[in-house]
Amino acid sequence: MVAFNKYYNHFNFLSSALIIISLLLLIFKGLNFGIDFKGGTLIELRSNDEKINVSSLRDKFRQMNLGDISVKKFGSDNDFLIKFENKDNKKNIIEEIKINLDKSFGNNYDFRRVENVGPKVSAELLKSGVIAISLSLAIMLIYIWVRFEWQFSLGAILALFHDVIVTLGVFSLFSLEINLSIVAAVLTIVGYSMNDTVVIFDRVRENLRKYSDIKIFELTNISINETLSRTIITSATTLLALLAIYFFGGEILKGFSLAMILGVVFGTYSSIYIANTVLVRLRVSQKTVLREDDSK
Amino acid sequence: MLYFSKLRIVFITIFSLLFVLIASSNLFKFDDGFFDKKINLGLDLQGGSYLLLEIDNEPVIEQKLQNLSTTFRNFFKSKDIRLNNIKIDNQNIFFNVTEENKQKVIDIFQDENSQINPYYPRFKSHQLEIEDLGLNLKINFSRQGLINLKTSSQDQAIEIVRRRVDEVGTNEPNILKRGNNRILVELPGLDDPMRIKSLLGKTANLTFRFVTQNADERFGVEKLEYEDGTPAVNVSKRIIISGENLLDAQPKMDTQNNQTIVSFTLDRVGAKRFGKATSAGIGKQLAIVLDGKIISAPVVRDTIASGAGQISGGFTFQSATDLALLLRSGALPAPLEIIEERTVGPDLGQDSINAGMIALAIGFLLVIIFMFVKYRFFGLITNVTLIINLFILLGILTLFEATLTLPGIAGIILTVGMAVDANVLIFERIKEELKDETNNILAFDGGYTKSRTAIIDANITTLLAAVILFFMGSGPVKGFAVTLGVGIFTTLFSVYFIARLFTSFYVAKNKNKGKLI
Repeated sequence: MVAFNKYYNHFNFLSSALIIISLLLLIFKGLNFGIDFKGGTLIELRSNDEKINVSSLRDKFRQMNLGDISVKKFGSDNDFLIKFENKDNKKNIIEEIKINLDKSFGNNYDFRRVENVGPKVSAELLKSGVIAISLSLAIMLIYIWVRFEWQFSLGAILALFHDVIVTLGVFSLFSLEINLSIVAAVLTIVGYSMNDTVVIFDRVRENLRKYSDIKIFELTNISINETLSRTIITSATTLLALLAIYFFGGEILKGFSLAMILGVVFGTYSSIYIANTVLVRLRVSQKTVLREDDSK
Repeated sequence: MLYFSKLRIVFITIFSLLFVLIASSNLFKFDDGFFDKKINLGLDLQGGSYLLLEIDNEPVIEQKLQNLSTTFRNFFKSKDIRLNNIKIDNQNIFFNVTEENKQKVIDIFQDENSQINPYYPRFKSHQLEIEDLGLNLKINFSRQGLINLKTSSQDQAIEIVRRRVDEVGTNEPNILKRGNNRILVELPGLDDPMRIKSLLGKTANLTFRFVTQNADERFGVEKLEYEDGTPAVNVSKRIIISGENLLDAQPKMDTQNNQTIVSFTLDRVGAKRFGKATSAGIGKQLAIVLDGKIISAPVVRDTIASGAGQISGGFTFQSATDLALLLRSGALPAPLEIIEERTVGPDLGQDSINAGMIALAIGFLLVIIFMFVKYRFFGLITNVTLIINLFILLGILTLFEATLTLPGIAGIILTVGMAVDANVLIFERIKEELKDETNNILAFDGGYTKSRTAIIDANITTLLAAVILFFMGSGPVKGFAVTLGVGIFTTLFSVYFIARLFTSFYVAKNKNKGKLI
């Protein structure tokens, strides 16, 4: 048996620190929103001319006065991702850019992808993203509240918040882009983290009924160990699948799979070290689950 | 938990085979109407354009209020009430009446069966609201009035948008309403939406009006600019004919001057009015005005009674074709603005499909190897189940002709990773049971029974997340929610029916061989 409970305090301290750092990052550094949420234009450009590189593209686009511009390589050496604000929301901006680029680069490039999100739409997408995440947290809360006693619900929800906040914190720290697929990833993380926590909690509750003389501190540790190989195998196969997406699924899915990988790691960790420690700190005992059984 | 009746076994086999067949119809061609269904590829995979258009209703509201104010003036005149100082400002009509008439006017507007302020019997709300500002009265659209106005202008607009897109002839466009003032246009396979964008960006309001020097004409005049930059001239507000009078319009080559023109034919009413106007106006300039700009203003030389005519204006063949198309499809009730555009080229789409498939194959392989190494024989069972699970998932997506997107493929890969969870929960539980139970059958039975709540709980949480994502997400992300959500059901089916069937066969045969797992 692994003595997970020996480190409850240490990891609680670590988690609190991570949450505080993440919150500080989110408040002061903020998130790097993509055009989905900030509005603007994105062009994925493929060139077959060596003259076309990040700096020549940046120069060209600067001359066009499009507001804030970012040009980066995208995956391979001849793919570029260009993003700009399109501040005045000009109508035929893509045409103008094509004409301008044709002048210097001829026909040696093409636009593989163009996305243009107006300010109204981006504000709506942001709003619905926030609603979706809040709604999923709320529904998980209701679900777990119906299924378990309140102490368990609190533990699961704290673990959920931890996973979402720390994942976003990492995105803030490294200025990784937040777009629609990241919201999808966060929602899936919420589902996954809950899933992981519930499996351990199921076992904790079962053991609480079974053993009246074991203290919760010991009992959580037993339950974690009993479910440990499942936890490891499921996390491992999920991570294998996600790593396959990250390395082979193309540039577009990189952010999504990275967020998911982080989420699965944090989710697995938090099921053990946050969800369970809440039960310990709230002094859950056999009475907690038996009382509930009587009332049912 | 380990017993299966014969009937059940037959049912499970048929069901699985059926979905394997349906899924394989994506690869082969069946022409029998049932197996010829295919998974739709999203725009991000097959390439294409997604345009979200918003209708700018402000001009419609202004126009409508303009018309209403005339109606009101005439209506109250017949009741011997004069409306003075009528003006329209910021989507309101303001006017004065004498103090003794004020209440009368308000009563007429607020009467439930009011002739000039409808909707009350149907919506329990009038079309218009009236307010006494002391100095004057204010009328504006009520909430219900605005909703009706927006819906009707959306209905008209979507019709025109459909006609224009159809005329360009892209393959299987998808045109849908969004809210009450937006239209979504999806154009699969189109990698340069420039032409469609410029066609949808024009209202195409065509009018024929006389150029006039006389600044105080009865109908009023306005100064209009030429499309080609020729200095502006005064044009009468009296409309001779408008786009509505056109029956047909076609681009033509005018062999005399060797230039491209748009020839048109008028309906009966239009032909009559056009004939009358041209006979009265010989020698005058007739301006052809499109969306507030003069295309050309030829001098009328002869009476045109045939109801056919032509528009010249320095067109290229392309611009003449576009103008003819716009005129044939009719004018939009209000200008449209493109507020969101996402275009993916077909080669990027293909690259995404390839990358997705490679990731799926590799992810699948990794999971299968891992499971085999970890559980040996039971890993094999899990893996066979996983393959059937994948087929059923693809079969269901095919059956419902669901749209597969790039995040959708990610959802399938993720399902592969998470699908083993249920089997792992069961196998681990069986291992625990076997610690103090020597009868294999009882241990396996107990393992299945005792792991059930955890499995159901775990899957419900993921399903909840998928459902929220489906309703809140847009476009490609929705595809992820679909595969993730459907994947949960297929996983539960394959774990509880297929894997359990295999397991029960194996256990029944080897029940006396010591610990099986």
